[in-house]
Amino acid sequence: MSTLDPEAALEEQIARWRSYLRRRQALLPVDVAELEDHLRESIAGLRAGGLSAEEAFLVGVRRLGGVDALSREFAREHSDRLWKQLLLTDAEAAGGDQTRGRKEAAVALGLAVGAGVAVKVPALFGLALGDENAAFYARNAALFVLPFLVLFFAWKRRLAPAALVWPAVAGSAAALLANLYPFRTTGDTLGLFAMHLPIALWLGVGVAYAGGRWAQGNARMDFIRFSGEFFIYYVLIALGGGVLIGSTAMTFKAIGLDAGPFIGHWLVPCGAAGAVVVASWLVEAKQSVVENMAPVLTRVFTPLFACVLLSFLVTLVATGRGVDQAREVLIGFDVLLIIVLGLLLYAVSARDPQAPPGTFDVLQLVLVAGALLADGVALWAIAVRIQEFGFTPNRLAGLGLNGVLLVNLGWSAVLYARFLRGRGPFAALERWQTAYLPVYAVWAGLVAVVFPPLFGFR
Amino acid sequence: MDLGKDLIAASSTPIVLALLAEGDSYGYAILLRVRESSGGRMEWTDGMLYPVLHRLERLGHIEARWETAATGRRRKYYRITAQGRQQLEEERRQWQAVDATLRSLWRAVAAPAPFPKTTPPQEAGA
Repeated sequence: MSTLDPEAALEEQIARWRSYLRRRQALLPVDVAELEDHLRESIAGLRAGGLSAEEAFLVGVRRLGGVDALSREFAREHSDRLWKQLLLTDAEAAGGDQTRGRKEAAVALGLAVGAGVAVKVPALFGLALGDENAAFYARNAALFVLPFLVLFFAWKRRLAPAALVWPAVAGSAAALLANLYPFRTTGDTLGLFAMHLPIALWLGVGVAYAGGRWAQGNARMDFIRFSGEFFIYYVLIALGGGVLIGSTAMTFKAIGLDAGPFIGHWLVPCGAAGAVVVASWLVEAKQSVVENMAPVLTRVFTPLFACVLLSFLVTLVATGRGVDQAREVLIGFDVLLIIVLGLLLYAVSARDPQAPPGTFDVLQLVLVAGALLADGVALWAIAVRIQEFGFTPNRLAGLGLNGVLLVNLGWSAVLYARFLRGRGPFAALERWQTAYLPVYAVWAGLVAVVFPPLFGFR
Repeated sequence: MDLGKDLIAASSTPIVLALLAEGDSYGYAILLRVRESSGGRMEWTDGMLYPVLHRLERLGHIEARWETAATGRRRKYYRITAQGRQQLEEERRQWQAVDATLRSLWRAVAAPAPFPKTTPPQEAGA
């Protein structure tokens, strides 16, 4: 095909332009249709004047004005839209999208209710929610909720059943292990299992989320973005839930009734489970409104964390204090590395890979390097005495996590430094982060599956 | 000629209303008419017309309807309302006041009298 039909090429260009405009929150599909009509008229006029299809398209688009300026003007006129669309029921929304939006809301809410009900099912078999069965619920928490989330994405992405085989296998295996492993109710390995299983299974959610594109870097990057926004939404919903609980308790107390049992046995567990699906749906439905939330938080906190780390290092050197070797210290540094990694991830996910290095990139590298140094000091201090302590499951899990994060951040620092010196593309850092995703899941899976038998379920 | 942003924004309402008072129309045609009747002196960025139309629609000066053209393409037509006609009258009065003021001032600027150095300012009378 040496010559592409100019009409077909023009249609393709217009379609691309249209989908670009549609991503703008301030522009409703009807606005885009109106602008498209304008563009087509404009192109027809220009072509009648002797321009080729491609030239006419370029001139026409140019005359319409920059998309940023345009959507700013629309946003100024329709400032309400950015808010009103939250539940996607705006009557003005285009016909097809609207019914799809409603249907999606219905499916999401249905699955959320499903997750909420699933939490209560064991109670029917005598495993009432309460302290005596806390261990059972801790082991199985993820299994009540994540299947519904996977189903939601399977529906949304119209996944073929074959694509769900692996998430299903992983989920069933996890369910078997969770209930066949002879955990001790107060053992360390039970806590580790309960903490690491959701992380390992989150990968299954990612596979469903990516809808068959899991092998592609940008699908994984989308999943990283999704996870961050999901977290923010979930926290917001939890805050709202807290207010709801408070007012429930207060109002019922006013008429002399104790709402405690209802709150403890229904509102909190069912709400927490359902909110997982609802938060995911909101992220999906509302991508562009909060899209900038995680990057904004990143921008705010990267300099602050960099300052804290630098002052920690300076103090450490100046005072010559040793690092305490308690287990909490290790966990503290793990948390620090997770935060730094999060800041790095969301800075990476929001950055235009083509943009040249800037001040913020230098700051980011300072942050990562500071975290590596601080962690190095802590690790060294702990490693010196590790023989005396012996390996407990928690300590090994903490050390392993530290290693996993250290490898990621170490190589990220190298890639970042290369990029800042103009020796490598930013995309290399992106690729490294997306390629690393399965490592977290594998490590979490390892802790969940191998640690309990390794340490005799203590 | 590049008109200032504020001036374009301020004049867009009477211009659009006046054009729609001639008859119902749609975005692209309105833009062509603006270009034509200003003799190319007013260059609007095409896309900026639409937020203006939507604002007038929200204010109730114009109303919109979708029609399907012979080509099968859907097009949004605008029509001026009675309230819009009142607004147009009001705008016309205001712009005429501005215009009259400027005209009399332009005359003074165009024929600048040498500034009287010694004689006291004459009685201002009009």
